Formats: sequence, structure tokens, C-alpha cells
Amino acid sequence: MSLKLSREAFDDVLKDLGKEYKIYAPIRIKGEGRFSDTDVVRYGEVSGLDEIEIHEKAHFSPKEILFPITQTLFYFTEGEYQEPKYDEKKIIVFLRPCDINGVTRLDQVFLENGEDKDIYYERLREKVKFFMIECIEGFDNCFCVSMDANKTEKYAAAIRFGDDMLVEIKDEALINAFQEKGEFVNFEPTFIQENLVNVKLPDIEQITTETFEDDMWKEYAQRCIACGRCNFVCMTCSCWTMQDIAYDENNSSGERRRAWAGCHVDGFTDMAGGHGFRKNYGDRMRFKTMHKINDFKKRNGYHMCVGCGRCDDVCPEYISFSSCINKVTKLVGEERK
Amino acid sequence: MDINTKKIKKNAYRVTKVRGKTALRIRVPGGHLDVKYFDIIKEVAEKYGDGSVHMTIRQGFELPGIDFDKIPEINRMIAPIIQGLELDYGVSIDDIEGGYPAAGTRNVSACIGNNVCPFANYNTTDLAIKIEKAIFPNDRHVKIACTGCPNDCIKAHMQDFGIIGQVEPIYEASRCVGCEACVKNCKKRVTGALRMENYKVKREEDRCLGCGECILKCPTGAWRRNPEKYYRVVIMGRTGKKNPRLAETFLEWVDEETIIKIITNTYTFIEEYIDKEAPLGKEHIGYIVDRAGYHVFKEYALKDVVLGPKAQVANHIDFGGYKYERNIYFTK
Ligand code: SF4
Ligand code: SF4
Ligand code: SF4
Ligand code: SF4
Ligand code: SF4
Repeated sequence: MSLKLSREAFDDVLKDLGKEYKIYAPIRIKGEGRFSDTDVVRYGEVSGLDEIEIHEKAHFSPKEILFPITQTLFYFTEGEYQEPKYDEKKIIVFLRPCDINGVTRLDQVFLENGEDKDIYYERLREKVKFFMIECIEGFDNCFCVSMDANKTEKYAAAIRFGDDMLVEIKDEALINAFQEKGEFVNFEPTFIQENLVNVKLPDIEQITTETFEDDMWKEYAQRCIACGRCNFVCMTCSCWTMQDIAYDENNSSGERRRAWAGCHVDGFTDMAGGHGFRKNYGDRMRFKTMHKINDFKKRNGYHMCVGCGRCDDVCPEYISFSSCINKVTKLVGEERK
Repeated sequence: MDINTKKIKKNAYRVTKVRGKTALRIRVPGGHLDVKYFDIIKEVAEKYGDGSVHMTIRQGFELPGIDFDKIPEINRMIAPIIQGLELDYGVSIDDIEGGYPAAGTRNVSACIGNNVCPFANYNTTDLAIKIEKAIFPNDRHVKIACTGCPNDCIKAHMQDFGIIGQVEPIYEASRCVGCEACVKNCKKRVTGALRMENYKVKREEDRCLGCGECILKCPTGAWRRNPEKYYRVVIMGRTGKKNPRLAETFLEWVDEETIIKIITNTYTFIEEYIDKEAPLGKEHIGYIVDRAGYHVFKEYALKDVVLGPKAQVANHIDFGGYKYERNIYFTK
């Protein structure tokens, strides 16, 4: 079912849905960006249409809603433990097709990787409905089309923002909220067909240990500063580490948390005794690249990277991941379709 | 040749070592200007000067080799510069065709600031212009500069008033992954105001300079900027033949309004305490403060100033530097 709504009507619907759902969308936080007099655009809870920022790509991905940056798994006191309070409220997330495809990757990692599901992820994931922001033009550094992540069917509703709002509703549970607020129209979202950046993917059959030892990684040893920004803005990076905290006042009580970890960051491969596998920053770049466009596909049949381009947007050293993929492809040859 | 040197000096021209020749100083408040003014500077230098221009430490242009009798013509030629770089900024000058009406209070200079520099905590040029508007024209000898962060590229520490940008970093613990990038960096490059405690970061406010490096370094945006602008004000730094010294902190975590107010208040202090017998009626503000005492200066400077809740005022300043005169305490 598709509808046309005025912005006011859409706003009313959001307010209405807000009673039942927490609604997350990209928002612009004025003046709180990294540099002075700059804004940060990232995910936050919204209560109205005007709070949603659709003209700029969110600097951080929506993965933090499903996979929080830090998450308390349980609290403990001596022999007992307790899980944190579970918020029953359902969730709506406004996001673009690439990011919805990114969630597919997170699902793969957290729910379909081995026998046990990650219940912390699952519990959040079950509550989420996707409101897809139609994305026709994309932004600088996007290469979702090359990654085959420009299209998706997995949305509860798809929205074209404009002076009037066009909405396609797939999820029956939402129909009530929308139906009397607009007029029926024919609308299906359009998906971007061409990005400004194109990536040629490598033939992964040809990736060998020689590829790993190639000189191309040496350049990154010089250029990368191991800040980890590319990991943390990435829609599909899903590594985390455990943090056990014993409270100061009484160290037989405390909590266990998990926190995002990144393969570019110092300490990622550190073992007891101080040994680390990838001290060299070029090795870290190689590791990330191979995970995103080689290993993951070998395991799951499709690439991990969705081409959102956030890693390129954020790198302070202007290291472009899309260029890196192209370099690998130049080395081993193009993927055979 | 009959020249009233007092008059031409006030007009931003000077007596040079070459008899009969003068040099003009063009002010560039905030150190930033539209390139269209280069055309005028070039024309004046070629037509009346020796075809060259010196870039001064205060970010002005000095045009040497000018004949004294050409001053009125040149003043008419530079009217568009005075219009664009003074009047349009809100400075009041009665006779725009008469050149600069004063030269005592020097050009307010600025580092490149947040128009370009990632470290900058504010737009230094804009603030310099606001200060220029509040204090120019004025005959009293006062030097002011604005710098975006404690790196102090404009050398605010060599001024009577040095304005250094500060930012309050806001920490969102739930966004922090404990990578320690901010902690290590603050320790290595700043004051070590940060430490890890249970995988989270603690900031010791008293040790924090407000440089903003932690915000720049954080990969997850756990450190955010308070959009409120804050400033450190360092005072009475100087060079010269008596007692060169670096400026010392007078105020920190104050706002723009406070800065303008304390600077304008200082002019009242100068009128009250300047050495009436000083040669040529000129005495540098730092020496006046030395004579009158910091506490007297402070009282004048802070008159009617309402300080914000974060503001700090130095109780006492122990000015350092060194004195060229060796026999200052005992005479032979
Ligand atoms: S690797 Fe880069 S382009 Fe690919 S999903 Fe991550 S952030 Fe997006
Ligand atoms: S953002 Fe750039 S410099 Fe930082 S870790 Fe990633 S590739 Fe290296
Ligand atoms: S003082 Fe700071 S803001 Fe100004 S140019 Fe230097 S580093 Fe940049
Ligand atoms: S603002 Fe500067 S001094 Fe303060 S905590 Fe951050 S890095 Fe350290
Ligand atoms: S840099 Fe950011 S994420 Fe890392 S420890 Fe500091 S606040 Fe936490």
C-alpha cells in the first residue's frame, strides 16, 4: 500500500508511532562536530519529521542501535548475577538501503554464525522495523552499487522525502497509523543505479598468501595512523571486546560489558604476555580488507562491505578503502560473474 | 622640508632612516583580507613607494620609500581599504579620505583559526574584527592577538592581550570503547588531564586546558564539543629593551563579551595610571601594570564584568621574563 501525505500529516504519524516505538533517525547536532563550528550527523531518537537529517550521510552508521557501542551484559555480586532491565518498547529506524543490507551482514555474524545466537543482539533486532529512506543520488564516496547493496526489499516502509511525503507500507502493523492520514497513490521506491565511485571486485579464488605479502600493503604501513575511525563508523564492522568492571567501593560486585573493538586499533590482537599479531599498520589494513572483501564471502557467499563509504569519509589520512579494493583487484584480476 | 612628525605618525606613516621618505602601515584586522585589496596596495607601492611591500609581524603591510608630500594623495587612494577593512567592520572613522586616524593601538592579529585549521576552537578573524571595532582608533599603545588554540601560532603570549580559544569537551561514556587514544594523547601532548578508570575516561577539570585534542582524537565521538565558546586571556607579554617576558594567564573559561569589556576597561585604567611624564607621552601598558600593580589593574579591567559560572580569575600573577639591566637591585 502506498500513500501520499503532507509533511504535517507524516509528522502526526510519527508522533503517534512514538507512543509505541522509539524512533531513531540521522539527526544533526549543531556545533558539536569534531572541529569547531561544525555539526555532527549521527543517529538519535526523534519525535518529529523536521529533526531527521536527510541531506547528509550520517557520519556514524545505525549499527549502534542494534549493537550498542558499549552494552552491559550483566551485573554481578559475589556468586549472583543479574541482567540489565530490558526495555520493551519497539524500535523504528530510518536508514538507507546500504545500511539495511549492512544489517543483513550483522544478522549473519550475530545470529547465523555457529549454533548459538547472540541473544543481546537478537533481543534488539527483534524489536526493530526499518523505514527505508529512498536514496537515489547517494553521496561522495558511496559505492553500494558495486557491492550489490544498493537495493533491498527488507523494509517495513519506504519513504521518499519531499514537500509531500510518499510512503510505501509493507508491514501490516503500520497500516493503521498511516491509512487515514493520506491519499492512495502508486509509489515504489527507486534505488540508485550508479555511484560516483565504482569498485571492481577481485576474483577471490586468486587471492593467495602472495597477495597478503604483496608490496601494496607497505604503503598503508606508512600512511595509516591506526586511529580506528574507519572501523567505528563502518556499518558492518562487528568486533567487540569484553570489559569486566569491579566497582571501586566493593570489588566483589561489578558488571560485565562489551564494547566495540576495531582491527586497526592498538590492542586488538594483544594476547596475555604482550604478544600482538599485527603490530604493523599495513598488516591491519590488509586484515580489514581481506575480511571485508574476501574471507566473509568465502564463508557466506556475499561480501561483508556494503559500500556505504563512511570509512573513506572519515579517514584523517585520506586512505580510501574503495581504492584499496581496486588495488587488490588489479593485483589478482577481476571477479568472474 | 617641514613635517609635523607627530601628526604623520598618528596617521600610520613613520619617520624612516632615509631623509624625506616615509612608510605607510596598512592594518588588516584579523589578518585576513580579500585579494582585491592587493590591487590597491600594489598600485600605491608602484606609484608612490619603491615597488615593494613588507609584511609586518602584526599582519599589516608596510609600504616603504614614499615621499612625505604624497601622503594626502595616498590616503585618498587607500580609502577603499579603510572602508572594507575598518568601516565595514563597524569601526567609526570620520574622514575616510584622510587615512588612518590613529596608530597607537596596533592591528589586532589572528592565527588562521577555524576557517582552515582543525585545531582552532573559534573563528579568530571574526573575534579580532570585533575587538578592532571596540578599540580602534586609539592612540594608546596596546597589542592584541587572537589564537585558535594553545598551540598559539600567532604568539598571543607576546601580546598585551592574548586570546586563546578553549573548548569544553563533553564526554558521553556510553560511546566510549576505551581505546585510550584521548588519554595517551593528552598525556603526551598536553597536560595529562585524562586517565582511564574501569575502561572509561576521567577528566580532571583543573588540569584541562580546553585545547580540544581529545575531541579530535576520539574515533567514536564519545568526546563532543560544547558549542559554547570559551577563551583564555593571557596578559602583558612583551618584547623591548627592559624586561621581555611571556604573557601570563589572567582569565580562563570566559566568553567573548568579557574579553571586549576587559579590553575597553583597560583603556580607562591607562588614562588613570599612565606616567604623565613618559617620553613623548608613550608608556607601554605592561609597564603601567607593573607600576600600579596587578590588583589595581584587575579591579579596573573587571569593572562591571559579569563572569560566567565557569570563569576563573588569577589571584596573583608572578610575571617572569628577564631584565636586561643587570644592576637593577644594587647600584655600584
Ligand atoms: S568497509 Fe567502508 S564502505 Fe564497507 S561497509 Fe564498512 S564503512 Fe562502509
Ligand atoms: S581511519 Fe584511516 S588512518 Fe584511521 S585506522 Fe582507518 S585507515 Fe588507518
Ligand atoms: S594557534 Fe591553534 S588554531 Fe591557530 S593556527 Fe595554530 S594550531 Fe591552528
Ligand atoms: S581538552 Fe586538551 S587538556 Fe583537556 S582533556 Fe582534552 S586533550 Fe586533555
Ligand atoms: S578516544 Fe574516545 S573511545 Fe577512545 S578512550 Fe578516549 S573517549 Fe573513549
